[in-house]
Amino acid sequence: MRSAKHISLLSASLLIARKDLAIEFRTRTAFFSAVVFALLGIVIFYFAWDPTAVAAIDLAPGVIWVIFTFAGLLGLHRSFGVEMADRAIDGLLGAPVPREAIYLGKALANLVFVSAVEAITIPAVALFYNMPFGGQGFAIAVIALLASIGLVAVGTLFSAMAVNTRLAELLLPMLSLPFFVPVVMPAAQATARLLAGRPVAEVAGWVRILVAFDIAFVVACMLAFPFTLEE
Amino acid sequence: MSDISLRGEAARAPVAATRASGRGIDWFFLVAVVLVVITFVRVVYFTPVEAIQGPAQKIFYLHLPAALAAFMAFGLVAITSVLYLWLKDPKLDLIAESAAEVGVVFTTMVLVSGPLWGKPVWGTWWTWDARLTLTLFLWFVYVGYLVLRGAIEDSAMRARYSAVLGILGALLIPFIHLSVYLFRTLHPMPIVLKPSAPSLPKDMLETLLLSFVSFTILFFAFLRARYHLALDRAAIEAEDRR
Repeated sequence: MRSAKHISLLSASLLIARKDLAIEFRTRTAFFSAVVFALLGIVIFYFAWDPTAVAAIDLAPGVIWVIFTFAGLLGLHRSFGVEMADRAIDGLLGAPVPREAIYLGKALANLVFVSAVEAITIPAVALFYNMPFGGQGFAIAVIALLASIGLVAVGTLFSAMAVNTRLAELLLPMLSLPFFVPVVMPAAQATARLLAGRPVAEVAGWVRILVAFDIAFVVACMLAFPFTLEE
Repeated sequence: MSDISLRGEAARAPVAATRASGRGIDWFFLVAVVLVVITFVRVVYFTPVEAIQGPAQKIFYLHLPAALAAFMAFGLVAITSVLYLWLKDPKLDLIAESAAEVGVVFTTMVLVSGPLWGKPVWGTWWTWDARLTLTLFLWFVYVGYLVLRGAIEDSAMRARYSAVLGILGALLIPFIHLSVYLFRTLHPMPIVLKPSAPSLPKDMLETLLLSFVSFTILFFAFLRARYHLALDRAAIEAEDRR
């Protein structure tokens, strides 16, 4: 057996991510509720607009990103919520791993969760809204991944903070949503242009904001995370 | 029930002596209020009316200095948050709390006076201009900051969490600015943009500078009063715990 000291940041993160995904895979409660929530959102949004006045293609990018944001919040809330039961968090904190690894592992598990919801939601939007995703499918997937990294980076940190407060369910969206603006806006704008058949080069500015946001907030949130744990 | 509150009152008694109300008149605050009154007397009676915009332009002398004070406040939140995580001095946290609350008050002033000026001049209460959108999101971030503070009982945890949010909030500002700016330039909107006024007439410039000075002093007067309140609250919290 390897000594604890030899567990690197990355392998410790992967272990924690695997633990969270195993819990989610065995229960599947959060995933199914997030997917059903997303599908319900797609359907309700369709009837919130007059289809003769607003074309579905104009509606789809906004719908996709609003739904990802809210479905993502469902998963993020659970991320540290599960650790509160029976004080499971104490076990994590007692483990001989750097605290940054707890953040990275949680964020990685959340990224898989959000990506899995997106992998079902995007084809569902294509089906229900009759969208031609095929042509720009790869570019849209890249933008979805970049945006998900940003959402998850901030959301994981705020999830760790919100679970320790009195208003947990309310506070997570309240803190997170302003931070999601520079993610959701570029993602929705880029998706809209790609769906309209514009060249990839036209969305370079939006992609640059996403990449810069991801780098800045993954680093900042990882550094800030140890301060949100009990000392 | 009454027994518990009675014990609470008894514990608070010695603290009362150090409270702000026991410190007499807040002269600094009084000076600030007098200066602001002088500023507005000058704005209303001794500053020329702008030729095109008419009297509505006088909101300028409230709007701009309030925005300046709000940015000072949020800058102070960021600086004291970083220093708190480094030095762990509870006073830094109380300064951050006070600055955030005063900042929200000034941002609210900006957000209320803006549409009042915008309606007669631009023809619309609100437009998704880069600067307006940024100010609105700043308001959301710092209202969230205050709600977060209210939702945590333990003072050390409250200080750490709000310091983290204070720092991330400052980091967020350039990103929101960048994205709303790009949003606007890609969608040029038919609005009468705010006229830039590099060559303000002398009378107006003097009034503007006076309003900057009086609002800056008002900002520090608010901050100081709010900080004293925070100190009293912390003292009462500490007494209650004992």
